[in-house]
Amino acid sequence: MHELSICLSLLDQVERIAREHGADRVERILLRIGPLSGVEAPLLANAYPLAAAGTIAEHATLDIEAAAIRVKCSACGAETEAEPNRLLCGQCGDWHTRLVSGDEMLLANMELRIPDRDNPREQAGPAAPS
Amino acid sequence: MCDTCGCNITPGNEHLVRADGKHAKTADGRAAVEVLQSLLSENDHQAAHNRYHFDSQGVLAVNLMSSPGAGKTSLLEATIEALGAELRIAVVEGDLETENDAERIRAKGVAAIQIATGSACHLDAHMVHDALHQLDLTGVDILFIENVGNLVCPASFDLGQHRNVTLLSVPEGDDKPAKYPVMFRAADLVLLTKTDLLAYLDDFDPDRAEGFVRNLASTAPVHRLSSRQGNDGIAAWLDWLRTEVAAQRERVAQGETQRPSIQPDGARLHQGAAPESGSHHHHHHGHGHHHDHHHDHEHRHADQRAHRHGD
Repeated sequence: MHELSICLSLLDQVERIAREHGADRVERILLRIGPLSGVEAPLLANAYPLAAAGTIAEHATLDIEAAAIRVKCSACGAETEAEPNRLLCGQCGDWHTRLVSGDEMLLANMELRIPDRDNPREQAGPAAPS
Repeated sequence: MCDTCGCNITPGNEHLVRADGKHAKTADGRAAVEVLQSLLSENDHQAAHNRYHFDSQGVLAVNLMSSPGAGKTSLLEATIEALGAELRIAVVEGDLETENDAERIRAKGVAAIQIATGSACHLDAHMVHDALHQLDLTGVDILFIENVGNLVCPASFDLGQHRNVTLLSVPEGDDKPAKYPVMFRAADLVLLTKTDLLAYLDDFDPDRAEGFVRNLASTAPVHRLSSRQGNDGIAAWLDWLRTEVAAQRERVAQGETQRPSIQPDGARLHQGAAPESGSHHHHHHGHGHHHDHHHDHEHRHADQRAHRHGD
């Protein structure tokens, strides 16, 4: 059960990137997580509000995109889908395969609200509603 | 092109979205930023730092993982007895509580640091780093990191080790690799331990266990051994260690390093980049500066030599 510590690490990254971009609010966070990453998406989603409370990402929507398990066969070259505990080639059944996707644990994308310094009208107002 | 969420903006097409020289905007005016960075990049960064430290000391670091009670400490005791005169060994022990395991190792005359994780279910690179401050690695050939007994979480955290060894003991059942694929996929070597119990637990089929490891597309050798009763099969494990120590010396001489064969995204994303550099793709300024606050620090090791990472 290390999802909370992963959330805290995620928020460190989110806060840093938001700061680098001059954002005052994080609107959305997109993660990409594969079944072989060792992280459970529902547990991560549950832990997120606890970890995000009081941060710039407190009100962000957390979206988690599941990555499918795909393997490329070293014997026949086919790329096929596979199960977490059967990473065999779907074409020829050989076990000499390489994982193409399925172990991702990625912060893929963020959407930020960035106050527009060139536009005094926006700058004057507080949170410009969308 | 997805103008709504920015999900498919890539370095290749970003100039199309960002013709105004600012951020890609979503339909409701938010700035979309592609990151593609491992959720564990903080840990991975610390792990790279640990690995650098091991390499600079010429130490082979081996991470031992298994469920609780699979025989990690017993294996270490037997290993120290067999190899102690030939190779210098040090041990970092991870458990939720107690110094028991470190005391067992110290009783064999080997330096051991106990990390009591409290309630944490795994070791991470920061905990190992803290332990290294108490451990003099001068002249040490192998550092064993005995992870918290757990077949789930430890698999996700790079500690800076060069190799992962996963133990599966006979009483646990031969289908553990099918039940815990993430853990067994991470192994560079699988050890089937407590084979002296095969005589009593005839439902454990070592060939079946190995078959489940192959189903994970793993080419890791699967060795069978018992740390008791004449140390059956331990010779192959000792030979594996000797080979790995020699390989590590060779790498150090060449200025190279080695990660376990499988580490999740961190490894893949940092491929081709220097181990200390990040790979966060910015949309408006392509410089990787976000790690700076980590880089620029000095630390002092047990031997009182300090080194600085500020590149």
